[in-house]
Amino acid sequence: MKSTLKLALGLASAIFASTAVSNVAHAEDLTLCWAAWDPANALVELSKDFTKQTGIGMKFEFVPWTNYADRFLNELNSHGKLCDLIIGDSQWIGGAAENGHYVKLNDFFDKEHISMDDFVPATVVGYSEWPKNTPNYWALPAMGDVVGWTYRKDWFSRPELQKEFKEKYGWELGPPKTYDQLMQIAEFFQKRQIDGKTVYGASIYTERGSEGITMGVTNVLYDYGFDYQNPKKPYEMKGFVNSADAAKGLEFYKKLYDCCTPPGSSNVYMGESADAFKSGQVALHMNFAFTWPGLYKDEKVGGDKIGFFANPAGPKGHFAQLGGQGISVVSYSDKQESALKYIKWFANKDVQAKWWTLGGYSCLNAVVNDPKFPSSQPYASTFLESMAIVKDFWAEPSYATLLQAMQKRVHDYVVADKGTAQEALDSLVKDWTQTFQDDGKM
Amino acid sequence: MLNRTADNVARATPEPLAKKIRGISDKGLAWLFISPTILLLLAINIFPLFWAIYLSFTNYRANRPNEAVKNLGLANYQRILGDQDIWIAMQTTAHFVFWTILLQTVIGFTLAWLIDRKFRGHAFWTTVILVPMMLSPAVVGNFWRFLYEPQIGLFSYVISFVTGIPPTNVQMLSNVEMAPWAIIIVDTWMWTPYVMLICLAGLRSIPEYIYEAAEVDRASNWRQFWSITLPMALPFIMLAVLFRGIENFKMFDMVNLLTGGGPGSTTEVASITLKRQAFESWRTGYSSAFAIILFVAVFGLANIYVKALNKVKQR
Repeated sequence: MKSTLKLALGLASAIFASTAVSNVAHAEDLTLCWAAWDPANALVELSKDFTKQTGIGMKFEFVPWTNYADRFLNELNSHGKLCDLIIGDSQWIGGAAENGHYVKLNDFFDKEHISMDDFVPATVVGYSEWPKNTPNYWALPAMGDVVGWTYRKDWFSRPELQKEFKEKYGWELGPPKTYDQLMQIAEFFQKRQIDGKTVYGASIYTERGSEGITMGVTNVLYDYGFDYQNPKKPYEMKGFVNSADAAKGLEFYKKLYDCCTPPGSSNVYMGESADAFKSGQVALHMNFAFTWPGLYKDEKVGGDKIGFFANPAGPKGHFAQLGGQGISVVSYSDKQESALKYIKWFANKDVQAKWWTLGGYSCLNAVVNDPKFPSSQPYASTFLESMAIVKDFWAEPSYATLLQAMQKRVHDYVVADKGTAQEALDSLVKDWTQTFQDDGKM
Repeated sequence: MLNRTADNVARATPEPLAKKIRGISDKGLAWLFISPTILLLLAINIFPLFWAIYLSFTNYRANRPNEAVKNLGLANYQRILGDQDIWIAMQTTAHFVFWTILLQTVIGFTLAWLIDRKFRGHAFWTTVILVPMMLSPAVVGNFWRFLYEPQIGLFSYVISFVTGIPPTNVQMLSNVEMAPWAIIIVDTWMWTPYVMLICLAGLRSIPEYIYEAAEVDRASNWRQFWSITLPMALPFIMLAVLFRGIENFKMFDMVNLLTGGGPGSTTEVASITLKRQAFESWRTGYSSAFAIILFVAVFGLANIYVKALNKVKQR
C-alpha cells in the first residue's frame, strides 16, 4: 500500500514538474503573425535556427490573405496580445505607427547597429518608414515583393506559333516590353487551341473584396501617368488621379479584361491567378513575385516551360506595384525584448541569405546585390529589375477607406461596365477627397 | 401533501438561509431567476444597441482608438440618406428580397400543397426537399460557386445542354445581368423548403370536416382551393413571408460567398455595404448610423406587416 502511494505521489510529482517545465518553456515562446502563403512556410523553417540559437520557441499565426487584414487589424485595434511579432502589409504602416500599434525601432537599430542603408531603398520607404521619406522606422524590411508576370515559355518557343505571330504582328513572339505588346500576345493566345485544349490570353487581378483589382490596375495606371497626388502639393489629387492619361490606362486594363481573360475571371486575385496559370489555361499571368518559386517548381508548368518578366512599360513611365511587408514588434506584447532579439537575428546577413534560398525574398542589399544573385534562381533577375521600379498605394492611416473606394470605382468600371474610365477616376477623386477631409488633412 | 413536503424542506434548511428565502416574495424570486437572462440580454443586445445609437452621432473609428471622438449631430444620417451608392445598395436589397420571397412563396406553397396530397412516398420526398435547408450557408455558397463555374461548373453545362449556348458563355457570377439572379436561384433553392414546411403546417391545420362539407355542397376542387385552402393557409404563408423577408433583408453570407457584392457593385446588398463601411473602411460612426437606419426600416416594415397579419387572422 505504502509503495503504491509512493509510486502515485512520484508520478504526480513528475507530471507536475514536467507541466511546470513546459509552461516555463511556453512562456518564452514568441508568436509571429503573418499571412498563410508559401513564404510563411519558409519562415517556419528559417525560424528553427533562431530557436536553436536562443532557446526561444516560435509559434505562428498564419491567416489566409482574404482575411489577413481584417483579422490582424482587428487584433491590433483591440490591443490584443496574440502577436508579439507581426509581418504587416506595407499599407498598414501609417495607421500602425500613428495609433501606436508598432514599437518604434530607431533606438533599437542604433543600439544594434542595424542600418537601413543596408536594405533596398524602395523596401525601406515602403515597409519601414512613417511618415514616408523620413528616418522614422517601425519595421525591418522582411519580404520583398512586387507584381510581375510569368509566361508559357514552351508555347512561346513553338515554331508554328512564332511564325504565325510574326506574320500577324511583325515582331518576334517573346516577353513583352510594352503594354501594346502584352495586349497583342494576349489577343494572339485568346481562345487558341493548344494541344487540343482551349487556352486564354492572360490572367489578371480583378478581385473585388479586399485589394485585388487595385493591386492589378495600378501597374497599368502608373505607366500611363497616374499619380496619387501632386508631388509638390500633398493631397492635391485632381489632375493626377483622374488625368486623361490615367483614364487611358484604366481603359487599357478594361480592354485587357474584356478581350483576353479566361471566362469567369471577375474575382481573381493571387490564388485564382496562379491556379489559372498552373492549370495551363493562360499564356500570361500577373502575380506577385512570391508565387514564382512555387510555379517554377510546378511539374506541369514549371522548369523550362515558364518564363518571367517585369511589368511592361507604358507611354508615360515604367513602374510596378509594390507588395511585400516589414516585420514589426507589437507594442501590446509582453515579450518585446525577445521579439527584438528575433528582429536582430533576422537582420543578420547569413540569415537573410538563407531566407532567399528557402523561398523568401530578402531585402538586404548584401544578398540581392551579390554578383551571384541574378543567376541564383531563374526569376532572380526579374525580381531585381521589378524592385527597381516599384510604387506603392497610399500608406495613410485611412488606407483601408482609400483602398475600398478604389476597389469599388475600378471594379464598377472594369468588370461591371458601369460608366466611363474618366467618370470612375473622377468619382475616385471625390471619394478620396472626402476621406482626407474627414481626416482633417485637406 | 405538497405543502407538507415544502414545509419539511423549509424546516430542514439551515436557519440563516431559510430566513433569507422566507423573506423573498414570489415576485422577488421570479426576478431572481430571470435576472441573469435579463442581464445577459442587456449586455449583449440592449447595451450595444444604445451604444451604436450613440456612436451614430459621432466620427468614431474603431481602428483609431486614440483619436478624439467628435459629436457630428445628424451629419452621418444626412450623408447616408444623400449617398447615391447607399440608395443603389437599398434598391439591390429590395430587388433581392422581392424576387426571393415571391419565388420561395409560390414554389414553397405549391410543394406543400403537393406533399399534403399524401401520395405514395410523400414522406421520402419531404425529406429530400428539406435537405438544402439543413446545409450550412457556407457550404451551399461554396459549392454553388463551383456549380456556376463557366469552365467546369455543372450548372453551365446543364444550361448549355438545354439552350445550346457554349458553357463558357454561361457566366452566372461574372455577368452583370445574371449575377443577381445567380444569388436569387441559390437562396430560393436553399430556403424554399423552409417556406414549404410552414405552409405544410398551415395546410395540415385545416380541419377535414370543412372539405367534407364543401364536398357535400358539391364545390369543385378549384372552388375549395380558393375558398378554403388559400384563405385558411394565408396566415401561415404570411408568417413565412415575414420570416424570409426579415432574413433576406439582412442577407450577407450567401452574397459574400458567391459574388462578394460584385461584379462591381451589382450585387452589393445593404449588409455588404454595411460590412465594408464598418470593418474594411472602419467608419464606425457612419456605419452605426447606417445600421440604425436599416434597423428602423426592418422594424417599421415588420410592425406594419404584423398588423396586417393579425387582421388576416381575425377574419
